[in-house]
Amino acid sequence: MGKVLVFAEQTNGKLKRSSIELLQAAAKSGNTVVAVTFGSHAGDVTAAIGHNGASEVHVVKDGALDSYNPESYTANVVAIVNKVQPSIILASASSTGKDLFPRVAARLNTGVASDCTQLTISGDNVTAVKPMYSGKAFATVNFENSPIKIVLMRANQLPVEAADTSKTANVVENTNAATDLKTLIKEIVKGASEKLDLTEANIIVSGGRGLKEAANFKMLNDLADVLGATVGATRAVVDAGWVGHGMQVGQTGKTVAPTLYIAVGISGAIQHLAGMGSSKVIVAINNDANAPIFQKATYGIVGDAFDIVPKLTEEFKKALHH
Amino acid sequence: MKIFVCIKQVPDTETKIKISPDQTGIDTAGIKWVMNPYDEYAVEEANKLRDANPGAQVWVLSAGPKARVVESLRTALAMGADEAIVINGEGLDNFSTAKALAEVIKAEGGMKIIFTGKLAIDDNASSVSQMMAEFLNVPHTTVVSKFAFNGENVTVERDVEGGAKEVVQMMTPAVVGANKGLNMPRYASLPGIMKAKKKVIKEIEFSSLNIPATDIKVKYSGMTLPADKPAVKMLSGDSSAQAAELVKLLRDEAKVL
Ligand SMILES: Cc1cc2nc3c(=O)[nH]c(=O)nc-3n(C[C@H](O)[C@H](O)[C@H](O)COP(=O)(O)OP(=O)(O)OC[C@H]3O[C@@H](n4cnc5c(N)ncnc54)[C@H](O)[C@@H]3O)c2cc1C
Ligand SMILES: Cc1cc2nc3c(=O)[nH]c(=O)nc-3n(C[C@H](O)[C@H](O)[C@H](O)COP(=O)(O)OP(=O)(O)OC[C@H]3O[C@@H](n4cnc5c(N)ncnc54)[C@H](O)[C@@H]3O)c2cc1C
Repeated sequence: MGKVLVFAEQTNGKLKRSSIELLQAAAKSGNTVVAVTFGSHAGDVTAAIGHNGASEVHVVKDGALDSYNPESYTANVVAIVNKVQPSIILASASSTGKDLFPRVAARLNTGVASDCTQLTISGDNVTAVKPMYSGKAFATVNFENSPIKIVLMRANQLPVEAADTSKTANVVENTNAATDLKTLIKEIVKGASEKLDLTEANIIVSGGRGLKEAANFKMLNDLADVLGATVGATRAVVDAGWVGHGMQVGQTGKTVAPTLYIAVGISGAIQHLAGMGSSKVIVAINNDANAPIFQKATYGIVGDAFDIVPKLTEEFKKALHH
Repeated sequence: MKIFVCIKQVPDTETKIKISPDQTGIDTAGIKWVMNPYDEYAVEEANKLRDANPGAQVWVLSAGPKARVVESLRTALAMGADEAIVINGEGLDNFSTAKALAEVIKAEGGMKIIFTGKLAIDDNASSVSQMMAEFLNVPHTTVVSKFAFNGENVTVERDVEGGAKEVVQMMTPAVVGANKGLNMPRYASLPGIMKAKKKVIKEIEFSSLNIPATDIKVKYSGMTLPADKPAVKMLSGDSSAQAAELVKLLRDEAKVL
C-alpha cells in the first residue's frame, strides 16, 4: 500500500462535495490518505477532511493563495508532493484541477488522466475510465512511465457516505513556496449567481429556444430554486443573448454530469447532447413528440413548457418540503 | 515577432464512432476530420494580433499522422495563417504531444504568444497547453474569452466557475488557451484557399525530436461504446397528472430526490 494525495477544494470554508468523493474513494482503497488545501480558509476544512478519510492534511494558510494562481499553486503542490511522496494524486476536474494538474504532471515528469468518470484503485495502481468523443465512447486510461499517477475526476461520479466524525487528520502547516510570478491575477469579477457551477451541480434545469424569450428563464429559475439546482442553457439561447455563455451546456459549452438533468424546450442537437449525455437521469419536456431529446431521456413529457413547468415547481415544493 | 497556434485535428461531432478491433482507439475509416472548434478561435485571435502588429507572423502547428492533419493546417492557412509545420507521428499522448510542440516552437525561435484551444473535443482533456507552457517555462492562462497585448504584457479574461471571470496579466512569451466568446472566427476566403494550396508545409518527424519513449505516460485500452439506454418512459395524462407522476418517479424509481 502507498499514499494517495487528495487535492481538497473548498468554497468559503466549506469542503466541496467533489473533494469528499475523492477522499472517501481514496480511504476505501486502503491506502494512506493525505490531503492538501490552501488559503486563509484552509484551517476551516481540516476537520471535515479528517472525517472523510484523510489521516494527514497539509495546509498553506497564506491569504496569497485565496485565489488560484497557476504558478504559485503549482509550486506549492509540487513542494508538498516531494515531501509526501504519494504514488497517486486525485483531484477533481474543476476549473482549478484541470488548469493545475497538467502543469504539476509536466513538472513531475509523470502522467495525468483528465476528465475521468470511473476510478479503480488497487494498491499503488490506478486505472480510470473517461468518456471520449463527447461520450460516444469510453476508454480505460492506463498509466505508463508514471512514478505518480494523477487522475482528475468529474464531480458527482463517486458515492458519498456520511462522514465519520470520530476520525481526525493530523494537520501539517507548510509555508508558501515562494516563486517569481510571471502571472498576476489583477481582478476577480464575481459571477451573477451564487449557485453551484454547472460542472459541479447535482441537479440542472436547462432551457432551450422553446422558452421563446429571455424573460421566461424566470420560470426555470423558480423551478431550480425549489430543487437547489443550477440553471443551464443551449447555445441557441446563449447566441440569442438571453443568458450568458457561462450557462451554455454542450460541445462548445460546459460538460456536465449531474444526477438529474431537466431539459425544457430543448431539441436535443448532437452538440448539446455532447455536454449533458452522461447525466444519470434525464427528463425532457418538449411539445414535439419527435424531438431527438426524447431518445436520450429517461422520462419524457410531451407538452407545453409554460403549462408543465409551473405545475412541476408546485409538485416539487410539496414533495420536498413535507 | 512570431505568434504560434497549436491545432489538433479531431473527428467531427456528427461523425459516427466505431471502435478499432484492438479497442485502443477508433476505426478511422469513414471519419470526417475537422479542426478542433476551439482552435478556430485560437487561429482567429492570432490573425487579429498579426494584423495589428506589422511584421508579425502566424505559425500554425499540428502533431499527428501527416497524411491527414495537414488538411487542418491548410484550413488554418486559408483562414490567414502565414506558415505551417506538421509534426509527423502516431500514437502519442498529451505529455509527449506537449513536449513535441514545445521542442519545435523553441527550435523555431522568436516566440511571443502561443495560442491553443482550451480543450480538444475528442479527448476532452484540456492538458496539452498547460503542459506545453511548463516545458517552455512560460506563463499560461486557459479558458480565455478576452485577449489584449500591449507590446509587452498580455492581459486576458478567464472564465471560471459560477460565471465568475478573472482578469489575468502575463509577461510574454505566454501561452493562451482560447474559449468560445473570444472572437468570431473568419471564414476562409477563396483567394485564401488558393494561396493555402500552394504553401509548402514544413515537415518534422517526431522521431527526430529526441523525445524518449518514456515520455509517453498514458495509453488507452478497452475502448467501448456506451451501453444502450433503456427506452424513455413517456408520461401520460394532463399536465397536472404528468407533473405529479414525474415527481413520484424521480423520488421512488430513479431515487434522485
Ligand atoms: C460547432 C457547433 C457547436 C455547437 N455547440 C453547441 C453547444 O455547446 N451547446 C448547444 O446547446 N448547442 C450547440 N450547438 C448548436 C446545436 O446544433 C443546436 O442548434 C442547439 O443546441 C439548439 O438549441 P435548442 O434546442 O435550444 O433550440 P431548437 O433546436 O430550436 O429547439 C427548440 C425546441 O423547443 C421545443 N419547443 C418549442 N416551443 C415549446 C414549448 N412551448 N414547450 C416545450 N417545448 C417547446 C421545440 O419543439 C424544439 O424541440 C453547436 C452547433 C455547432 C455547429
Ligand atoms: C507524433 C504524434 C503522433 C500522434 N499520433 C496520433 C494518432 O495516431 N492519433 C490521434 O488521434 N492523435 C495522435 N496524436 C495526437 C495526440 O494523441 C493528442 O494530441 C494528445 O493526446 C492531446 O490531446 P488532448 O485531447 O489531451 O488535447 P487537449 O489538451 O484537450 O487540447 C488542448 C489544445 O492543445 C492543442 N493540441 C492538442 N493536441 C495537439 C496536437 N496533436 N497538435 C497540435 N496541437 C494540439 C490544441 O490547441 C488544443 O485545442 C499524435 C501526436 C503526436 C505529437
